[in-house]
Amino acid sequence: MEFGITDLIIAVVTTNKDMVSSSMTPVFYAEDDEHKERLALLISKTTMGMVHDLESGTYIIVKH
Amino acid sequence: MNDYFVLIVTALVMGTTARMLMMRVDYRQYPTYPQSYLGHFTLGVIAAGLGAVAIPAIAEKEYVAITFLALAAQQFRDVRNMERQSLDNIEVTELVPRGTAYIEDIAKAFEARNYLALLASLATGIGYFIGETFKVPIILRILIGVVFGVITIVFLTNMLKGYFVGDIAEVRPAEIKFDGPLLTVAGVVIMNIGLKESQKIYLEQGLAVEIVPNHEEAMVILSNIGQRQAIQHHSSIQLGIRKDVDEPDFTPIARRNPKNGNIVMAIVTMEPNEKYLLDVVKRTPVLESAKRKALDVAITTKAERVGK
Repeated sequence: MEFGITDLIIAVVTTNKDMVSSSMTPVFYAEDDEHKERLALLISKTTMGMVHDLESGTYIIVKH
Repeated sequence: MNDYFVLIVTALVMGTTARMLMMRVDYRQYPTYPQSYLGHFTLGVIAAGLGAVAIPAIAEKEYVAITFLALAAQQFRDVRNMERQSLDNIEVTELVPRGTAYIEDIAKAFEARNYLALLASLATGIGYFIGETFKVPIILRILIGVVFGVITIVFLTNMLKGYFVGDIAEVRPAEIKFDGPLLTVAGVVIMNIGLKESQKIYLEQGLAVEIVPNHEEAMVILSNIGQRQAIQHHSSIQLGIRKDVDEPDFTPIARRNPKNGNIVMAIVTMEPNEKYLLDVVKRTPVLESAKRKALDVAITTKAERVGK
């Protein structure tokens, strides 16, 4: 068996500049939708996480 | 002793044949590599040997020798453990895991096949010994033994055969749609896919199936998580999954429609071919651990309604 922390939000990627992280989860601000897409891809590839869309300009990257 | 020699050899051959036949029955449970092949063959020979010596031991009034069979049972439990451990160990190396229920099923199948070898050789021994009791010629004794063995093999092989998802449910193609970021198949939400690129790949290359259970019991069987994992694993292993470890977006997930018990699954394969996907899903074995007899229980509100 492989053990590890799962179902954890690793990062938040957003174009909403008003968003403030209230926890340990880092928030990455993107300039536009294209940048947001790219940032999310890069973070997910690095962390093996999965990108989920919360709509209204916010993505979360979750480790499953 | 010379006489028992023929008995033992006949029984041994029949038992080993039984094990060999089971190795070929289904390629999915066939040990793929020469090492496992040799390992299981040897265990089959040992099982057949234990069954073969039981009758001569009884004939010689060596009743204690029957404890050999208890030893055999212990030995085969170890086979199950060995198979379970080895599959558990390689589970982390699978892109789409088998799931513990499927592993348990395979391990049990290996154990059962050794019992088959033992019982086939035991039956052959009994057949031969009956021939000997009636003082028939040696060739005829062997023949009676073989007939006994073959009957046992045919009977047990049929019993062990089990059935497939295609037998209990209708499998039909479905369409992948996106409701915002939500991947849906036949109206059931499967997962949230954020990346636009992944969504595009799903829409272009993705395939989806809807599994509609034929009856109430099939609905319960298909709801089992282990059974669903088996379907996912089967589809991805046989069609080739388009996924790597850093792409969790393309993990096939079979979700249940809570309203009617239908199962839906979306998958991106290397070569999208709807027909093959349907075939593979239909040919997924129904796991023993997923089988339920929901309509046979004492509390029968639903059973009464369907008139059972």
